[in-house]
Amino acid sequence: MNAITPTKEERTEKLQGMGCKRKRVEDIRFVQGRGNYVDDLKLPAMLYGDFVRSPYGHARIKKIDASKAMALPGVLAVLTAADLKPLGLHYMPTLAGDVQAVLAEEKVLFQNQEVAFIIAEDRYVAADAAELVEVEYEELPVIVDPFKAMAAGAPVLREDIKDKTDGAHGKRKHYNHVFNWQIGDKDGTDRAFKKAEVTIKELISYQRVHPCPLETCQCVASFDKIRGELTVWGTFQAPHVIRTVASLISKIPEHKIHVIAPDIGGGFGNKVGAYPGYICAIVASIVTGRPVKWVEDRIENLSTTSFARDYHMTTEIAATKDGKVTGLRVHVLADHGAFDACADPTKWPAGFFNIVTGAYDFPVAHVAVDGVYTNKAPGGVAYRCSFRVTEAAYCIERAMDILAQKLGMDPAELRIKNLVRREQFPYQSALGWEYDSGDYHAAMKKAMDAVGYGKLREEQKAKQAAFKRGETRDLMGVGVIFFTEIVGAGPSRNCDILGIAMFDSAEIRIHPTGAVIARMGTKSQGQGHETTYAQIIATELGLPADDISIEEGNTDTAPYGLGTYGSRSTPTAGAATAMAARKIKAKAQMIAADLLEVSEYDLEWEIDRFRVKGNPERFKTMKELAWAAYNRVPKGLEPGLEAVNYYDPPNMTFPFGAYICVVDVDVDTGVTKVRRFYALDDCGTRINPMIIEGQVHGGLTEAFGIAMGQEIRYDEYGNVTGPTLMDYFLPTAVETPKWETDWTVTPSPHHPIGAKGVGESPNVGGVPCFANAVNDAFKFLGSTHIAMPHDHWRTWTVAEKLGVHG
Amino acid sequence: MAKTQVTMTVNGKAVEGLVEPRTLLIHFLREQLNLTGSHIGCDTSHCGACTVDLDGKSVKSCTLFAVQAEGGDLLTIEGMAAADGTLHALQEGFREMHGLQCGFCTPGMIMRGYRLLQENPNPSEDEIRFGISGNLCRCTGYQNIVKAIQYAAAKLSGASVKEAAE
Repeated sequence: MNAITPTKEERTEKLQGMGCKRKRVEDIRFVQGRGNYVDDLKLPAMLYGDFVRSPYGHARIKKIDASKAMALPGVLAVLTAADLKPLGLHYMPTLAGDVQAVLAEEKVLFQNQEVAFIIAEDRYVAADAAELVEVEYEELPVIVDPFKAMAAGAPVLREDIKDKTDGAHGKRKHYNHVFNWQIGDKDGTDRAFKKAEVTIKELISYQRVHPCPLETCQCVASFDKIRGELTVWGTFQAPHVIRTVASLISKIPEHKIHVIAPDIGGGFGNKVGAYPGYICAIVASIVTGRPVKWVEDRIENLSTTSFARDYHMTTEIAATKDGKVTGLRVHVLADHGAFDACADPTKWPAGFFNIVTGAYDFPVAHVAVDGVYTNKAPGGVAYRCSFRVTEAAYCIERAMDILAQKLGMDPAELRIKNLVRREQFPYQSALGWEYDSGDYHAAMKKAMDAVGYGKLREEQKAKQAAFKRGETRDLMGVGVIFFTEIVGAGPSRNCDILGIAMFDSAEIRIHPTGAVIARMGTKSQGQGHETTYAQIIATELGLPADDISIEEGNTDTAPYGLGTYGSRSTPTAGAATAMAARKIKAKAQMIAADLLEVSEYDLEWEIDRFRVKGNPERFKTMKELAWAAYNRVPKGLEPGLEAVNYYDPPNMTFPFGAYICVVDVDVDTGVTKVRRFYALDDCGTRINPMIIEGQVHGGLTEAFGIAMGQEIRYDEYGNVTGPTLMDYFLPTAVETPKWETDWTVTPSPHHPIGAKGVGESPNVGGVPCFANAVNDAFKFLGSTHIAMPHDHWRTWTVAEKLGVHG
Repeated sequence: MAKTQVTMTVNGKAVEGLVEPRTLLIHFLREQLNLTGSHIGCDTSHCGACTVDLDGKSVKSCTLFAVQAEGGDLLTIEGMAAADGTLHALQEGFREMHGLQCGFCTPGMIMRGYRLLQENPNPSEDEIRFGISGNLCRCTGYQNIVKAIQYAAAKLSGASVKEAAE
């Protein structure tokens, strides 16, 4: 038919579909400084908001005097709780079923808590005015240690709910108690421990950290009084949820609220929740009738808008003498700060912590989590992980190493002995999950072969002997871990946020020329959705990715979705994209059959066309069918070619991986050098290997930061110490190790394209891998568990305590 | 607050404006000149998202008052591509080697890379890592940023460029 027919390979390559290293379309604007981030937005007559914040961790507010601030030229208003209370906006609901003060009413409960909101003509004047607001406080005793929160006679933190014995997740046993959540077989686990030949028990703490994206949280709110419509541009990982919440809180009908998330400068969980700044900017715009911008600075970001982890996990494993695990028991004390603002699916107050059996075949397990209030910032976000999954991975991976040490077994050997076997999938875990697919032993073997594991252990043995002879001051550590993640929240039967099921969506519209616009309910913050979703459509529909525009973040145009976090975009919206494309393809097939005058069943799909079976010269390309859809469709069929799909996943997906890290620790300085880091990830079907590798690099670097230095620390007075980039460790290019990446591919059997998600795996697996490596270095000196972060000072201190400094 | 007149050259064009003595250069660039490519990521001069080139040096424009740039010659990310839209080798390199994700650090990173290559046209990997250590990236883990700068170094020196990011 055609004079020059391109080959199959040429046609496939032209599509730039799944599996190819397509260059990112986003980059064209970003490399030229033409991104469109919230703070780039400039509206006529725009005002600026800034907060007056509490210098104390716990104090009663006696008086707020804003007269000097109000007298400053350029200041329009100073909002306090007294202004918000008549509107019912001095508290806002949290995602976790608690409430959080928007502006402190009678008490402040953590340092830097929001006390008053300045509205001024420019950001400098707003900052000046914040200094002029005089607040009189009466200091109260603080609780910063979660282990003391529920002591008898402990200070009452939340007076607003002091007498409430029923919390959002059941009975509260103390006025500073948030919830008790349990899962698993308690009696069976107790029996396993009674019968156990060997047990270990360790308090494994995961310090409080912060996601710290390079762009802080910010918004512009603009209320149009004439239309009664509110537009909010903001750093929102979940813009649709923000719109629904804004409507429920403000009583503005949802169709009159337009929430737009433009380009976002990294999120990592920080930008999932709703923060007082958003509410204040909205109120300020309603009050003034002008747009109001609120941009937090870095100190505000690190000390107020959420935190992550602060999980204190007392962990026990029961096992046989030859190293078969027989039971797992974990009690978690979870420090939730002053308000329970955890960003978890509503029914999961401890997230998916029950993935804590990890990649291992535990016959029985039990987990109990107690959340407590303290005088610290609220939050509890999933910092580059699915909900509480990195805590779980750190917990089980440290505990397996401790068990190996007790048994005198190699940690890799212990893991291999207990990994879930390939034939056990789909695997029912003791704590209630059904793992979809995996070949753990193959992945582990590939990783060990790649690094020459046996040789590393021989080298380590020789180095330890040399250390004992006084010939070296370096200790070599080998960290080995195997993780199972749980991502893609999630199925409506068990996942919702404030009652909204955690599906996600895609809408695809094919224009007559075969060009495409597609919109999803998710929101990229750097993951490259504009590139990868187009690759899915390209492969499904045979139209070049370069002819496909992807749009996210505008709640007026995108179909409803729950947003991007917990590595859920590919498992949910990625699936919706494939399903919507398949609806379009089915209609295109009907049109093709009509045009080619054959039955639909006589057609077969090939790359970019439907062709007649047995007669490949007779075909219609998708591009031709797009034109036909607007030109002549078969009788009884609607014109047009578009589809929408809301995808309710049948199950989570379970990416996994094997990581190995080699460190050298100088015992005299504590300086720990990462000699080698090898990461093998299995995220199922790989959509864009270049982007996957980039995600792994970034996640490993964040894991390196957490394991080796990050901590949001509070002193005994409730002062948050060092919430700036002077103190909070973000690795530079100099410290950051070089990463070796590798993969296996085990598609998810329940996902339309077999993809599982990848963005967070490297953080989940990376943190315990670094920690195990440092611990492994000191193990032969009698050390069992060294807590993170493994910065030089702490590592030196460990060496000092072990008596190696002479 | 009383305002002061400043004049400078930005991306080859003479510009002027009225600023408060305390106005930071980054705010002058972003809010008065509408050059929003340079970003603000911290309050302590650590992140480098605001890096621009001033009189032949990399400067963090959040740590300089606009008045300190009086009479200066500035280059920002908006001035990197050629007039016909052709990307600078660094811009091309960042895309080719997947040296960016969220894009927030990218303009500062590219401007730092620009000055680094002016000073050292053929840097080693360690020299690049040290050279960009005043610029933080939370997404990429730097490995591909290093490759992007190597790509640009090779291209600018006329060598054939390496394979794209693995």
